[in-house]
Amino acid sequence: MKVALILIALCAGLFTLSLVTGFTPVSAQHSLAALLRDDGTPLTVVMREIRLPRALLAVMIGASLGLAGAAMQGYLRNPLAEPGLIGVSAAAGLGAVLTLQTGVAAAFALALPLGALTSALLAVGLILALAGPRGSSLTLILAGIAVSALASALTSLVLNLSPNPFAAAEIVFWMLGSLADRSFNHVWIALPFMALGWVLLAGLGRGLDALTLGEDAAAALGINLNRLRLALVIGTAASVGAATAVAGAIGFVGLVVPHVLRRFVGARPSALLWASALGGAAMVLAADIAVRLLLPDRDLKLGVLMALVGAPLFLHLIYKTRAEFR
Amino acid sequence: MAPRIAPRILVSVPISNHIKHSARALVCALTLQLMLLPGIARAQERVVSINLCTDQLALMLAAPGQLASVSRLAHDPDSSAMVAQARALPTNGSGAEEVFLLRPDLVLAGTYTDPATVSMLRSLGIPVELFAPATAISDVPKRMAQMGRALNRSAQADQMIAQFNAAIARLEGDQASPRPRAALSYVNSYSSGPGSLAGDILRLAGFDNVAAEAGLQNVGKIPLETLVMLHPDVIILGRNYPGTARAEDNLSHPALAALNGTVIAPELTDKDWICGTPVVLNAINAMRDLRLRLENS
Repeated sequence: MKVALILIALCAGLFTLSLVTGFTPVSAQHSLAALLRDDGTPLTVVMREIRLPRALLAVMIGASLGLAGAAMQGYLRNPLAEPGLIGVSAAAGLGAVLTLQTGVAAAFALALPLGALTSALLAVGLILALAGPRGSSLTLILAGIAVSALASALTSLVLNLSPNPFAAAEIVFWMLGSLADRSFNHVWIALPFMALGWVLLAGLGRGLDALTLGEDAAAALGINLNRLRLALVIGTAASVGAATAVAGAIGFVGLVVPHVLRRFVGARPSALLWASALGGAAMVLAADIAVRLLLPDRDLKLGVLMALVGAPLFLHLIYKTRAEFR
Repeated sequence: MAPRIAPRILVSVPISNHIKHSARALVCALTLQLMLLPGIARAQERVVSINLCTDQLALMLAAPGQLASVSRLAHDPDSSAMVAQARALPTNGSGAEEVFLLRPDLVLAGTYTDPATVSMLRSLGIPVELFAPATAISDVPKRMAQMGRALNRSAQADQMIAQFNAAIARLEGDQASPRPRAALSYVNSYSSGPGSLAGDILRLAGFDNVAAEAGLQNVGKIPLETLVMLHPDVIILGRNYPGTARAEDNLSHPALAALNGTVIAPELTDKDWICGTPVVLNAINAMRDLRLRLENS
């Protein structure tokens, strides 16, 4: 309970900080007042149409990535399972790019998250089929490398084939992710899919707890493993797919957050689910504030900061689990 | 990137206004000029242009049959203001190999043309005349004069310059007030300040440029938040390219539509704005019409 309160307070604090961080040199008090009350000035427009959707997306995306990471790690009982590392984000990005570049997304806005979801679904399904129920680290990571490489290459190909002269420069965005100048349009198209994903993943708690005793014990406790797997696959694809569709692939959130929070929730997968959702939101909010403070006018990609934090941890985890590779 | 090294490459141009860079460059250029003098002296009979802007200047000034080929972009109706005239000529892809095989006795290129292409062509013995992009209306007559000299068509160039200068003088004398505050907004939140060709177009059309208030002199970014806070009377959006790119999302961001009292003028910056040719007069007139429409609405 204490952990929950701390995480919620952290998210609320970072959310407010995110709202008052921007190019416009206006006092925090002044800008928050303009957010709450429409004073007819452009500052209200800045707060309501630029900063509010950005902060909301950071929360939604962080929660999705944290939750999906915790759920996958709980299911595979492997701390290396993370949507970015195993190629789900890259695949979602490919799906999103395909709907954008074929013009389907322009004709029908929900096609964008749907395309990302479908592509992410294929990737999660493929990874789980390859890794098997126990999810050996080696298979998981190798399959992830292969899926990521293929999806990234196809994303680059599609963007290079685009008639738009600026499309190819977008490869960076799809690989590293950014929340710069997103709007409420993106909030609304992502929210339904994320909400579906959250409901499915949050419902996995009891099953994942039972699974810590092994498949047979879980089955004996009345857990339907097929249904659990299905909910995990669809929940991850929906939440990570929607997140990637609007903000690109933001890696390492689902790796770092459950790892840090595991000890605080007694390593119970069910508790780790909500804790990682809150922790993920806090981490993406913090990173999005940092990119704006470090290089205000350069649109530094979120993935850069995430990798700076996440990659050393990833190496550390590989070092710790290396016995398994032999 | 290319622009940084371009001036260094420039020093070998046998054209007097480019050789001021250093004493060493001067000596080098003079030597080259002496070497190339026989080639320069005779009329250029087979000229190939490999840059969109030199394409158009050459199309305006070249004698019939003098221009042998234009760059591929010259045939693109979204980029080229002279597609009809350009279609009469074959295009080239601006690569050294392709251009060399056209056997030109003069190549017209921009100072932003890949320096590798330029130096390759020069080392193959083909004179290359480089044109700097226009960054002000006052550059336009200079480029026309340079093209006139390069093509041995100075008389035609002088006539065109006189017409252009007269048109600009009329516009300068016709400045009215109030001057609406306008912002140019292109893909990736780029904008043009007063010290640019687009800035001059805006000024002559009777607008004040808010980019100056944001401290932007030439071309650079105005973040979306800053643009909204500047609260311009009119935001002129850059052209829409085919296909989609996230770079264009700033043009359709709901924050712009939510601004009270700001008019969004879509897609007014197009092919007429790119090159320093007399075509910029079309851009000025289109912007002037926009200002008059705003006044009457």
